[in-house]
Amino acid sequence: MNFDYSDEQKALKDQARRFLSDVSPLAVARKVLEAPSPGFDATLWTRIGEQGWCGAAIPEAYGGFEFGHVELCALAEELGRALAPVPFASSVYQFSEALLHAGSEAQKLNLLPGIASGERIGTLAFSEGPGVLSAGRISTRYSNGALTGTKLPVTDGGIAHHGIVLALGDAGPDLFLVDFSGNGVTRQAVSTIDPTRGAASITFQNTPAEPLGSAGKGSGSGLEQLRRIHDRTAILLAFEQVGGADRVLEMARDYALERYAFGRQIGSYQAIKHKLADIFVKNEVARANAYYGAWALASNAPELPVAAAAARVAASEAYWFACRENIQTHGGIGFTWEADCHLFYRRARHLGLVIGAQRDWKRRLADRLVRRVAQENAQRSEA
Amino acid sequence: MNFEDSPEEARYRTTVRHWIADNAPDMSGLGAEQRRNWHPGHKEIARRWQATKADAGYACISWPKDRGGAGGTAIEEAIFNQEEVRAGVQFTYFMTGLHMLLPALLEHNQDALALNRVPPAVRGDEIWCQLFSEPASGSDSAGIRCTAVRDGDDWVISGQKVWNSGAHVADYGMLLARTDPGLPKHKGLTVFWLDMKTPGLEVRPIRVMSGESELNEVFLEEVRIPDSQRVGEVNDGWKVVISTLMNERAALGSGTGLSWRDMIALAGQTPSWEGSVMEDPAFREWLADYYVNVEAIRLLSFRTLTSLSKGEAPGPASSAGKLLWSNKTQEMTDQALDIQDHFGLLDGADLAVLDGAFQHRFLWSPGLRLGGGTDEIMKNIIAERILGLPGDIRVDKNVPFREIPHGR
Ligand SMILES: Cc1cc2nc3c(=O)[nH]c(=O)nc-3n(C[C@H](O)[C@H](O)[C@H](O)COP(=O)(O)OP(=O)(O)OC[C@H]3O[C@@H](n4cnc5c(N)ncnc54)[C@H](O)[C@@H]3O)c2cc1C
Repeated sequence: MNFDYSDEQKALKDQARRFLSDVSPLAVARKVLEAPSPGFDATLWTRIGEQGWCGAAIPEAYGGFEFGHVELCALAEELGRALAPVPFASSVYQFSEALLHAGSEAQKLNLLPGIASGERIGTLAFSEGPGVLSAGRISTRYSNGALTGTKLPVTDGGIAHHGIVLALGDAGPDLFLVDFSGNGVTRQAVSTIDPTRGAASITFQNTPAEPLGSAGKGSGSGLEQLRRIHDRTAILLAFEQVGGADRVLEMARDYALERYAFGRQIGSYQAIKHKLADIFVKNEVARANAYYGAWALASNAPELPVAAAAARVAASEAYWFACRENIQTHGGIGFTWEADCHLFYRRARHLGLVIGAQRDWKRRLADRLVRRVAQENAQRSEA
Repeated sequence: MNFEDSPEEARYRTTVRHWIADNAPDMSGLGAEQRRNWHPGHKEIARRWQATKADAGYACISWPKDRGGAGGTAIEEAIFNQEEVRAGVQFTYFMTGLHMLLPALLEHNQDALALNRVPPAVRGDEIWCQLFSEPASGSDSAGIRCTAVRDGDDWVISGQKVWNSGAHVADYGMLLARTDPGLPKHKGLTVFWLDMKTPGLEVRPIRVMSGESELNEVFLEEVRIPDSQRVGEVNDGWKVVISTLMNERAALGSGTGLSWRDMIALAGQTPSWEGSVMEDPAFREWLADYYVNVEAIRLLSFRTLTSLSKGEAPGPASSAGKLLWSNKTQEMTDQALDIQDHFGLLDGADLAVLDGAFQHRFLWSPGLRLGGGTDEIMKNIIAERILGLPGDIRVDKNVPFREIPHGR
C-alpha cells in the first residue's frame, strides 16, 4: 500500500512544473483564447514534444520512452495545472491509448513513433450531434475501405494528422483509422466554450480508412471498444482536472487573503472559509479516486472500469465546482475577461464534456458497481 | 390567497395582451447577435418599444401622473410586465433607471431640474446607470472612497467607479461619494446625479468573461456639478442607497431569460440512451426540482407585489429570490450543456442549439451571482435581517472611515 507518487515520480512532476511555469504561463493559453485559430500553441507543443512526454506511456519498441502510466498521470496533473493549450489529451490520452489498447502490431509500429515524438497529432472522432453516444445514431458509414459521413465536434480535429473514427461498418459500430491529411477529408473549425482547446467538424467523402486492430475487418464492438479506451482517457484526464482544481483553489485562497471587505480580509468570513474548505474536500475526493485509477491503469487491474468512471465523476465535479466558486470568491474581478478565472471555468466544462458528460459517466459507474456486486455474489456462492 | 386575476385584473390582462400583440416589435427577423443585450439594433428596438408604451400609458404604470407615470396600480404594472415577458419583448436597458434610481431620486429631490429628467427616461430616450461600486468596495458599498468636496454652490467629485452596467451608453448616472472621511463610514456619504457628459468624467468599457463589454469603469477627475444635483441630505446618502438596493433586488429576483420550458424543449429534442432526454428519470427528477425553485421565484414576486399594493416596501425576503434565481440559472445552463454531451461544447450560433443561448448564459451566469449583491451577502441578509441572527463582528463601525483596515 502506498498512496503517493514515488520519489522519482515526484522529481519528474517537480521538473514538469518548473518547465511548464516557464514555457506555459497562463499568457500562452490566453493567446490562444484571443486568437483561436488554429486552436493550440504550436511552439509550446513542440517544446512539450521535445521533453518526450507524448511517449511517456509508449513502449520503446514503438518509439516511446516508457516512463510508465503513473508518470504520465503526474505529467497530466501538471499540464492541467498549467492549462496548457495543446492537443496532448487527444493525441496521448485518446489516440495513443487507443492504439496501444486496440491497434494492430503494424498500426502501432507505423503510427506510435510519430505520436511519441510529438511530431504527429492524433485524435478520436466519435460524436455526431447532441446527446449521448449510441449505436443507433451513428450515421458515418464504412464500406469497401472508405468512410463517408460527418463527425461533430472533433476536439483537435482541425490540427490532427491521424484520427480514429467511430462509424458503422458491415458488422455494426467499429473504429477506423484515417489519415486526416489525406484525400476526402474536409475540416471546418467550430466555436466552443473553450477556445483554448480547438475543435472541428470533419466530413468524410469516400475517405480511405482501415479498421483499428489486427482482424482487418470490424467486429461490431466499436462502442464497447471506445468505452474501454475512454476509461483509460478518463483517468488521465482526471489528473488534468485535479491539477487544475488545485491551482484554482490556490487562486481563491490567495485572493481571500489579500481582499478586504468591511475592514476585514474576506477569508476571515466563514462564508468564504467554508466555500474554500468545500472545494478542498471535493479536490481530495477527486485526487483519491484519481490515484486509485492511476494504479488500476498502470497495473491493468480488473478494477479499472469502476476506478476510471469513479475518477471521472469525482474529478469533473471537483473541477467545475472549484472554478465556479473561485469566480464567486473573486467578486466582480473574477467575472472579467482580463482575470484568469474564466480560463479555468471554460476548461473545466470542456474537460467535463470532451469524452462524454457527467450523467453518462455516472450511469456507467452505477452499472459497473452493480455488475461488480453480482460477480462478488456469484463468487461467494461458488465458494 | 388567490393567484387568479380578479375579474377586473383579467379584463386588464386581456386588454394589454391585445395591445401588446398589436404593437410589440417584431423580433423574428433578428439574428442571434442582434437578440443579445446592448447590440445597437436590439437597443434601438427596445427604445422604440419604450416610447410606444409611454405614448399609450403603459410605461411606469404605477408611478403617479405628476411624476411622469401612468397613475395606475402596482398590480397593473405587474400584469403588464408578465404579458411583456410572455410576448418576449421585455428589455432591461431602462430597468436600472426606472426601477431603482429614478424612484429614489424623486423621493428625495423634486426640483424642476430633476423632474425634467423623468419624461425622457420614461420614454427610453435617456438611459441611467448606477455609479456605486468601486475597485475596493463592492459588497461593502459604504466603503467607497470617491470624494465630493463642496466648493461654493458646486461639488467637485474625484475618484473611480467600476462594474457600472450600461455606463457606456448611459446619459445620466447616480453616484455615491464620500463627503466626510472623518465620520464613520455610513455617515459621511452623499448621493448625486449627473450628466455622463460632464467634463472630467470618462467611461472605459470592461470586457467580461463572456466576451461582451457592457460593464464599465468610470473615472472622475474634478468633475464639477451644482448642489442642486444632490439627492437627499449631505452625509445622509446611505438612506438613498438602501432604497435603491432594495428595489434592485426586488427587480433582479423576478426571473428573466431561459426558462424550464426551454429545458423541456431542449430535452425533448436531445436523444438519450433510449428515446429523448425527456424520458430519462434522472433528468425528470432534476426538472421537477428546478421547477419548484424557479416557480417559487415567480410566486414570491407576487408577495413583493402584494406588499407593494398595500403601500409597503419590499422587505429583505426578496434576497431569497435573487439568490435562487442566479444560482438556479447557473445550474440550469450546466444541466443544458450536460444533457447535450460532447456537443454541448459548441457555442456558435450556426451549430449550437437555440443559437448558443445556453452556452452564452453559461458564461454569463457567474455574473448573476455577483451583481446586485453576492450570494454571500444575500445569505447574510437572510440570516441577520430575517432570522435575527447576530451580525459578523464589525471592525468598520463607529470608527472614522480613514482608520478602517483595507487591502487592495
Ligand atoms: C454583472 C454585474 C453588474 C453590476 N452592475 C453594477 C452597477 O450597475 N453599478 C454598480 O455600482 N455596481 C455594479 N456591480 C457591482 C456589484 O455590486 C459588485 O460586484 C458586488 O457587490 C461584489 O463586489 P466586489 O466585486 O467588490 O466583490 P467583493 O465585495 O470584494 O467580494 C468578494 C467575495 O467576498 C465575499 N464577501 C464580501 N463581504 C462578505 C461578508 N461580509 N461575508 C461573507 N462574504 C463576503 C463576496 O460575497 C465575494 O464572494 C455589478 C456587478 C456585476 C457582476
